[in-house]
Amino acid sequence: MIVGKLKDVAEIKDMLSEDLESLFIIGCGTCVSVSLAGGEREAKSLRDLLELYFRSQGRDVKVNTATIKRQCDDEFIDSEELAISEHDVVLSLACGVGVQHLGIKHPGKMILPGVNTTFYGRNSDVGEWEEMCLGCGDCILDDFAGVCPVARCSKSLINGPCGGSQDGKCEVDDEIDCGWDLIYNRAKEIGQLDRLLSYEGPKDWSTARDGGVRSHKNPEFFSE
Amino acid sequence: MAEYISKLEQLLEEGEFVVCSEMGPPIGADPEFIRKKCDDVKGYVDAVNITDNQTAIIRMSSIAAAKIAMEEGLEMIIQITGRDRNRIGIQSDLLGASALGLRNVLCLTGDHQCFGNDEDAKNVFDLDSVSIIKACQQMTEEGKLINGNELKTEPPRLYYGGAHNPFADPFEMHMLKLEKKIEAGMKFIQTQCIYNIEKFDYWMEEVRKRGLHEKCHIMAGILPTRSVKALRMMKKFVAGMDVPDYTIERMEAAEDKKAEGVQMAVDIINHVKEIEGVRGVHLMPVAWEEITPVVVEKANLYPRPEV
Repeated sequence: MIVGKLKDVAEIKDMLSEDLESLFIIGCGTCVSVSLAGGEREAKSLRDLLELYFRSQGRDVKVNTATIKRQCDDEFIDSEELAISEHDVVLSLACGVGVQHLGIKHPGKMILPGVNTTFYGRNSDVGEWEEMCLGCGDCILDDFAGVCPVARCSKSLINGPCGGSQDGKCEVDDEIDCGWDLIYNRAKEIGQLDRLLSYEGPKDWSTARDGGVRSHKNPEFFSE
Repeated sequence: MAEYISKLEQLLEEGEFVVCSEMGPPIGADPEFIRKKCDDVKGYVDAVNITDNQTAIIRMSSIAAAKIAMEEGLEMIIQITGRDRNRIGIQSDLLGASALGLRNVLCLTGDHQCFGNDEDAKNVFDLDSVSIIKACQQMTEEGKLINGNELKTEPPRLYYGGAHNPFADPFEMHMLKLEKKIEAGMKFIQTQCIYNIEKFDYWMEEVRKRGLHEKCHIMAGILPTRSVKALRMMKKFVAGMDVPDYTIERMEAAEDKKAEGVQMAVDIINHVKEIEGVRGVHLMPVAWEEITPVVVEKANLYPRPEV
């Protein structure tokens, strides 16, 4: 899923103009809700905090919230159309996708981001998420025992570990597992070490962001 | 007589025990800084590595600094990492280096930028050390770029090597990469600096078992130090360094730390000189470059052979 992190309240306050009269905080009920960054719970507690802040400033700002299933999908955002139009500014707690989708659907409206979109990851423990995928557009997990060298090695190395890998840890930080150590151990476990021995030529990055802004169409819907 | 690409290749191929050292370019644009450093080592070493923004700290480019040092009469080994340039930049720089007469290249992945002063920089790592070696091999021997296109004028003349850390664990996983580098055509290796002699011996044993010492020339990394603090720092903070406690204790016990540092380096040199498959040493006295001639003389490696 897409993992996010709620922005500091101080940063959010800085985004809001002095003459703001009404703010609509919209939580997103899917990915960022699961990563405890921008779901209903976060939307409501942020509303409480901001209300308190505006009151302490002697300002009369109306703050409302709603949480919709997915801000990246028309199907779900239509229900809030009226509420969005009734507020000066929308603070979206969705990932960067949701923020922008709201903007596309509401051209005249200021939509602010309340969450930092961090990565595609998994829920690795209670309250903990780990990056797993970079969205490079050309999955090579089959060659690396199911562990992604592109996302899980800090240098995206595809021919083996760098000299800074020591005892299973990455040179960048002892808290980071060496991706190649994970690849190597899992390949050994599933009897695929031989697949790691051959030289991998430089990766084709044209399917990633390097190839330009990406979009694709499902031929089922776009046959000639 | 075979025509050699570089003096380094000639010495290694003709069986000399080679001495290399390392030079860091200035954090600035002063060519005199390099010329002065050249004077310190001239005649004492066969070739000098010149680092490529080592530990991700911005310095004069390796190629520019190497060109200046070469004009002073030194045989240079440029270093190229994949951290700051993609395949386009790296191959272009390799062509340029060869055109300037810089023939030796050490191909490295590169330290992560978190070690330097620009943690907020975007890194590249489009090519890793293996694919940089492969790029050198293809350009030099086949006259082709990585993308398969043929070069339109004379191919570069490059003698290319890589690094290896014999102390990194798990051992087999790191050997896997070493073998890939050799497969890609690597001609020489400079190892991580050696303090843990037993582990280095074990690594060399494994290297000989696999016949790797016959496929590429191995130079043992030596880092003379002059303080307990430096040893402790390396043990704790330098990625991939293995400094055993006995080394630290030996330095602690010494009255004259500088003399002990030199002697420790000389002892390691004398040890590796006797190991089958070790073809030279690579001295990298960080921030103590002026000690190189002393170590070379004390290890009976002076004078250097004329070619």
